[in-house]
Amino acid sequence: MKAAILVFPGINRERDMARALKLVSGKEPVMAWHADSKLPKGTDLVVIPGGFSYGDYLRCGAIAARASIMNAVRAHAAKGGLVLAVCNGFQIACEAGLLPGVLMRNAQLKFLCKEVHLRIERSDTPFTQRYNAGDVIRVPVAHGEGNYVADAETIARLEGENRVALRYTAPDGKLDPAFNYNGSTNSIAGILSEKLNVLGLMPHPENHVDPIVGPTDGRRLFESLIETLEAA
Amino acid sequence: MIPNEPKITPALVAEHGLKPDEYDRFRELIGRDPTFTELGIVSAMWNEHCSYKSSKIHLRDLPTKAPWVIQGPGENAGVIDIGDGLACVFKMESHNHPSFIEPYQGAATGVGGILRDVFTMGARPIACLNSLRFGDPKHPRTRSLVSGVVAGIGGYGNSFGVPTVGGSVGFHSRYDGNILVNAMAVGLAENDKIFYAKATGVGRPVVYLGSKTGRDGIHGATMASAEFDDASDEKRPTVQVGDPFAEKLLLEASLEIMHAGCVIAIQDMGAAGLTCSAVEMGAKGDLGVTLDLDAIPTREAAMTAYEMMLSESQERMLMVLKPEKEKEAEAIFKKWGLDFAIVGQTTNNSRFIVRYRGDVMADLPIKELGDKAPEYNRPFAEPKKLPILDPAKILCPISIEAALEKLIGSPDLSSKRWVWEQYDHIILNDTLQRPGGDAAVVRIKDGPKALAMTTDVTPRYCEADPFEGGKQAVAEAWRNLTAVGARPLAITDNLNFGNPERPEIMGQFVYCVRGISEACKTLDFPVVSGNVSLYNETNGRGILPTPTIGGVGVLDDLSKMASLAFKAEGEVIFLLGETTGWLGQSAFLATVLDREDGAPPPVDLATEKKNGDFMRELIQNGLVTAAHDISDGGLLVAVAEMAMASNIGAKLQMPASNLPAHAVWFGEDQARYVLTADSSNLPKIEAAAVKASVTLLRLGTTGSHQLTLPGENPILVSRLCMIHESWLPTYMAGNSAG
Repeated sequence: MKAAILVFPGINRERDMARALKLVSGKEPVMAWHADSKLPKGTDLVVIPGGFSYGDYLRCGAIAARASIMNAVRAHAAKGGLVLAVCNGFQIACEAGLLPGVLMRNAQLKFLCKEVHLRIERSDTPFTQRYNAGDVIRVPVAHGEGNYVADAETIARLEGENRVALRYTAPDGKLDPAFNYNGSTNSIAGILSEKLNVLGLMPHPENHVDPIVGPTDGRRLFESLIETLEAA
Repeated sequence: MIPNEPKITPALVAEHGLKPDEYDRFRELIGRDPTFTELGIVSAMWNEHCSYKSSKIHLRDLPTKAPWVIQGPGENAGVIDIGDGLACVFKMESHNHPSFIEPYQGAATGVGGILRDVFTMGARPIACLNSLRFGDPKHPRTRSLVSGVVAGIGGYGNSFGVPTVGGSVGFHSRYDGNILVNAMAVGLAENDKIFYAKATGVGRPVVYLGSKTGRDGIHGATMASAEFDDASDEKRPTVQVGDPFAEKLLLEASLEIMHAGCVIAIQDMGAAGLTCSAVEMGAKGDLGVTLDLDAIPTREAAMTAYEMMLSESQERMLMVLKPEKEKEAEAIFKKWGLDFAIVGQTTNNSRFIVRYRGDVMADLPIKELGDKAPEYNRPFAEPKKLPILDPAKILCPISIEAALEKLIGSPDLSSKRWVWEQYDHIILNDTLQRPGGDAAVVRIKDGPKALAMTTDVTPRYCEADPFEGGKQAVAEAWRNLTAVGARPLAITDNLNFGNPERPEIMGQFVYCVRGISEACKTLDFPVVSGNVSLYNETNGRGILPTPTIGGVGVLDDLSKMASLAFKAEGEVIFLLGETTGWLGQSAFLATVLDREDGAPPPVDLATEKKNGDFMRELIQNGLVTAAHDISDGGLLVAVAEMAMASNIGAKLQMPASNLPAHAVWFGEDQARYVLTADSSNLPKIEAAAVKASVTLLRLGTTGSHQLTLPGENPILVSRLCMIHESWLPTYMAGNSAG
């Protein structure tokens, strides 16, 4: 695995992500600066981490999506390269056209940091193969704008093509509006690109990998990526 | 003569918050009438907030030294050695006045200011805490103030990228007109790479870094040095506007140029902005400073020298750089998209000279600006002692169960989840104990060490007996750190009081400080940084005396950390410490009987130390499965909190016989803890207690999903959780008046 973590001004979970990748893969990822026009040589996984790129001023992710490194990321994705986009990264990926839809203010209009339950919708992807479809995992969220919204046609297409990777659910895995904390359409927590090589999600798997700190349900996402890349 | 300057009149002097004799003192110091800019500068330097003129004389008595103290009060933040070549840098500061006027920005910039204090010293912030006090929940402004302050704290800290891991929230009608927002930041640095404000070397460039200067916050520090009245809303323009994005960039850029070895001295621009930072850097280094305001990056056109010197625009720093590193430093700042401007130089003439557009706007003796600031030994009244209440004479009108429900569902003791879920408390992935426990615990790098931190004060105790209340605030912080297994190391204090010109308020201040001092000495828990906030008063009505204590301790091995949740069924529950059923000033008295009277519980510091040291040793030896200190609400509230955190119940026996049941369950005797242990360790623990000569009683056993007390109906833990969790969200949704 040769992971590159993108760093934009205002990003703040790049260290969490680097630690998680190091812990699970044993390899130190490289930080890639927003103003660069190329990804580090040999990059096989691009990670767009969480934070408040450009302060989330204007619109979350909108400014970062136009940074010069993003041209290289789009080219990487177009060739089928893997992209993991978490939280602000998911917002950036949507703004950059890597994924459809947009993340709006949480339905309750407040920032929310808490552990949530997520249902793995499919396990035949590079990001989720170490899980089983239907598994319910606990992972924290920490965002103010994670309410996934898209037009009806896009939602129908995502659902029809089975591109919803994760949903917010009750602890037993059932859909329940009370557990859809940010009000996302169809309780969507994460979606995949058409070729299944880009995953965008609001929750933070990188914060649930270390048994010293807490649960480790996020670990298998990174193990899935390692397995995928090692098989390639 | 400088063109277009207003004439200095007595009215103008008064508007600047200077008393006539203070103005005379200044005139005498400079030997002439000041310019308008000079008047602004001295008003900024000599107000209460910046000069500590009413408090200094008393603060000198606080213990500030210990072998592990690297830097005590007087710098941007305190620094302690935590071993392995690392230092912990921390401080707490108030942003009370601005948060009342504009809650979101007031609270946000409070967080921004304290973070800057910490990273100015070369430390990367690893955690934030806060201590908030609001008015009566029934007061019409309380709900919107809670909402705004919490959003502001979250808005700043979340974006900056530091976890907000702990704090406290309380309500009382005495804060109706003056809320308290005390923010604490904790950072890590290498202990040989700490940066200070002291400038060295003549002719070195003074560099301005960070955001541009605007007109916000002019006279902020002066506002924070006066009482409020009905027209206080008009002070909104004095509140600064925060930009956490700029602060995050400033953090990364500052740490990068420090790492590159470019920095000689550094000072953040906080209260009184450019004025205080420049004067402090020069005065500390026995140097003069000349500033050229034409070079200051401004975001508004046609700013005057006066405005630039007094602006409290946020996210700015002043540094003295090594001349040969100027280009390197500039490149780093440009990379982060921040302003970098050489705005002056150090001189050998001990003057603070400000030039603008060809004129000398100020020419003042730099040392004397600080050293010759007025200092007052204000008259103070000795607080009156209140009678000790006899628990046998206080009746409980409702059942123990109903009283417990009332307490854990009360504004002060109810769950603050609604608050801390709006704070990112997990970022950096080192948060080992989240909000809701005795102390927050944050891992240091990859372990095995961890830092414990807490903020504490019981204002109603301080009001009833400032000396005992001051002691109790320190003891409570020390106890909370102990309860997670940490060695308490040092504190930062944030002393919030009313108008010091009133002898009874000054008396509260003096006696609280004496209490803090005594507790810190006995517990070997020095004060390394702090802040004084006076004039928390509106139309002559002051707040409860609130000396908030921020405590920090270290755990050498995080695997030994204790937490308050019961861990398993069938474990033995112990009560450590003496129970006398102390109901004076208890939460029970206030919540169930609507009375706030009597003397508060006394704090026997020797017992406090003995019990705490015993507790810590048990935890270190791995004999404790759960631990919790006993504070507001007493023994039964402590047990209920341990049950609610685990959904495991307990069967309890009465630990004292000759007292009314409600005094046993809800009395607030100090120096006590509840702990649990595996029954196989019972003999070891009891033998250790005898050896240490501490009072340790078997209180019961964990198990089932309810609390069972002698002579009472069983209380379902799930029902307690529901009551505990629902008050704040219901209140904030506007569905209850409190």
